[in-house]
Amino acid sequence: MHPAFSVVFFTTATGAGYGLLALFGVLGGLQIVPADFWLGFVGLGLALGLIAAGLLSSTGHLGRPERAWRAFSQWRSSWLSREGVASVITFIPAGLFGLGWVLLGRTGGWVTIAGLLAAIGAIVTVCTTGMIYASLKPIAQWHSRYTLPAYLIFAATTGSVLLNALLQSFGVGSVAVLVLSLLATLAGWGWKRATWRHNDRLEIATTANTATGLAGGTVRSLEWPHTEENYLLKEMGFRIARKHSAKLRMLAQALAFALPVLLLAATFALPWPVAAIPSVLAAIVQFAGMLVERWLFFAEAKHTVALYYGR
Amino acid sequence: MTCLPAHTDKKLGLVIDLDTCVGCQACVTACKEWNTGGHMAPLTDIDPYGGHVDGVWFNRVHSYEHTTEMGGRTVNFPRSCLHCETPACVTVCPTGASYKRASDGIVLIDADKCIGCKLCSWACPYGAREFDTDVGVMKKCTLCVDRIYNDNLAEEDRVPACVAACPTSARHFGDLGDPRSAVSQLVAERGGVDLMPELGYRPTNKYLPPRAHTQRAASVPAKPLEPVRAEGGLLGWVDRMLSN
Repeated sequence: MHPAFSVVFFTTATGAGYGLLALFGVLGGLQIVPADFWLGFVGLGLALGLIAAGLLSSTGHLGRPERAWRAFSQWRSSWLSREGVASVITFIPAGLFGLGWVLLGRTGGWVTIAGLLAAIGAIVTVCTTGMIYASLKPIAQWHSRYTLPAYLIFAATTGSVLLNALLQSFGVGSVAVLVLSLLATLAGWGWKRATWRHNDRLEIATTANTATGLAGGTVRSLEWPHTEENYLLKEMGFRIARKHSAKLRMLAQALAFALPVLLLAATFALPWPVAAIPSVLAAIVQFAGMLVERWLFFAEAKHTVALYYGR
Repeated sequence: MTCLPAHTDKKLGLVIDLDTCVGCQACVTACKEWNTGGHMAPLTDIDPYGGHVDGVWFNRVHSYEHTTEMGGRTVNFPRSCLHCETPACVTVCPTGASYKRASDGIVLIDADKCIGCKLCSWACPYGAREFDTDVGVMKKCTLCVDRIYNDNLAEEDRVPACVAACPTSARHFGDLGDPRSAVSQLVAERGGVDLMPELGYRPTNKYLPPRAHTQRAASVPAKPLEPVRAEGGLLGWVDRMLSN
């Protein structure tokens, strides 16, 4: 599948944004993270900013973005429509939570309820994003039991590492959040490696034989219907060389998981304000690594239409 | 609404005979010619006379070499929308632009509602949908919905343009939901198959596999190739002289 940057950035940014929003909603709502104007202003601003930037970026993928409002109508059948509805609805409790927790400095009561509802909305939205990909049968690497948990785990990973960076920067670092971010990063690493192992061993039932209805033997593409690449090949016939794939997997693991683990471990040993430096670096490096991971998620996914072209 | 109809009155579709298709591309050009002025018009071509030709086509004919223990043969393979009974391209559509008609089962796009998110083309395993970058919306085969019900055409012309154009009668059009229809009987007689049945899209269009190899054909062994090694003697001398 062609890795369109607008979609790669969209899923990475909204994943981190919703992860951070959910953590603020729960930890702030339950007063585990203290209500502080600047922490809340910058933190929630970052979460909602990532979400808004991601959603705007996704409209860059559309042929007719001015009609995007129509996408809220088919939530009964379409995961993409459900994602649109869930993302917009989540802004309501998130906005109320920001009003109460950040601007009014209040906790408890309706602010806690708004925080928890924002967290639920964030989780639901990430689920709908994951299901868009997990529901596509023609792409075996996506239509797997690994896809939906991956989106949830990576949202928790990037969200918790961002939260830790914010808390460390504002001098309210919490060992619990630091441990959470470290464990979430390790969980993300493990899940990604398990996913790659699963995909590398995938035995796909759909072949050039079943695609053409020609039973038995071998079916070799002799001639394409056209001489130049068409929409199908540009969008779904994207191929990545195996050697580049191996290198990019190493790069993704180094940036998204290995380096953040080292930097977060270093945070344990350092006093404030020095501890903020590795924490912030971990968040930045991880975001770059997740962009590589998401690029590979598309580049390594193979659509059945490629079979018609002998690919 | 992008929810699928529980039942369609008819299952209009095509039956494509891979035994008789000669790969002449007449159906491809007839389709393009009709549809670039039809229901989904235009079928935009980008850089049509340049080095990077691209454009929207509803019907593409591939050629394959099918090799089994019985031998090898060339199979020409037309590929277009199969008007599936459970088309995921319709259910994934977030705007309601894609729909399956309850009356005849044809899968269509309302170009005025399409936002060009391309998700339907990802959901189609057959590559039936092509994006029109110029207009910014997705396009697909309409089963010539503007021909098959067109009272301005003579009755025999009320078939899809690809079927009307086929010089070898490799393409057949009819109601595959009616077991007594000519197309249903053809499918039963020739053992017509679904493409990628394992994915569960339940395509309406059927493909008739090439007929089995026959043992009755006359055996005409080709003469051995001429020797490439230079011959000696008089003939060798003549050959060398003439080759100079």
